[in-house]
Amino acid sequence: MPTKPAGTLYRGREGMWSWVGHRVTGVVIFFFLLVHVLDTSLVRVSPEAYTAVIGAYKNPLMALGETGLVAAILFHAFNGLRVILVDFWKSGPKYQRQLLWAVLVIWLVAFAGFAIRHLSLALGGH
Amino acid sequence: MSAAPEIRAPRSTSQTGRVAPQYLRSGGARGQFEMLAWLFMRLSGIVLVVLIFGHLFVNLLVGEGIHAIDFGFVAGKWADPFWQFWDLAMLWLAMLHGTNGVRTIINDYAERDSVRFWLKVVLYAATALIVILGTLVIFTFDPCPVIDGVRHVADYCPAP
Repeated sequence: MPTKPAGTLYRGREGMWSWVGHRVTGVVIFFFLLVHVLDTSLVRVSPEAYTAVIGAYKNPLMALGETGLVAAILFHAFNGLRVILVDFWKSGPKYQRQLLWAVLVIWLVAFAGFAIRHLSLALGGH
Repeated sequence: MSAAPEIRAPRSTSQTGRVAPQYLRSGGARGQFEMLAWLFMRLSGIVLVVLIFGHLFVNLLVGEGIHAIDFGFVAGKWADPFWQFWDLAMLWLAMLHGTNGVRTIINDYAERDSVRFWLKVVLYAATALIVILGTLVIFTFDPCPVIDGVRHVADYCPAP
């Protein structure tokens, strides 16, 4: 009898780690969404209240946080489309590993584009 | 030496001609609910990719990006029913998608029945609060509010 779990197609591999990433990014996005609806709701209190709180999103530390949040959103979006392909495309399960690598490449390109644009706007002198 | 016992697939009908009752997938509203929740995650996911990418692009990547966001920016967007319904759809779909995701996580990790129950009570209460609040804000929003008798001044507001 093996003393350790034998290697499987799932455990410790692309399928498991993409699932972990999807969960973690999903929870992060959900809690941000709760806060984001609350901060946007301040437009209903007064223009000054909203502009003051949204001002907090414009400091350099928050710019990094926003960039991290968008990194999470982009991964969750592209991996979510991969999950749909795995579920509905007949060759999806066969190519799920290759699909994950495609997700990571598209994620890197989209994230780099966003990060360069957003950080130069947010951190650049204004 | 007896022959190795036949191990049948869970839904095999070879022995009795029908699927054993514990493996039946139909019947009961609960089975139907989980399938619909699964389907909703995929359908709402596709729509949310479009809605959220559009939201991020218009709010953060165009023009001055985040520096342009203030009360007037929101007022300008919600003066247009297109953006009201865009944001309304985003609010509802994202909240239901996220709530169902967190519900799944609670079901996976909270083992005690009472813990699972109360975590879900808190989750659904938070969801109802945020969805109702957000919906009211989008549709009762006034770009030129009068606060303590003082009218907000902006170039898109009528002259007092």
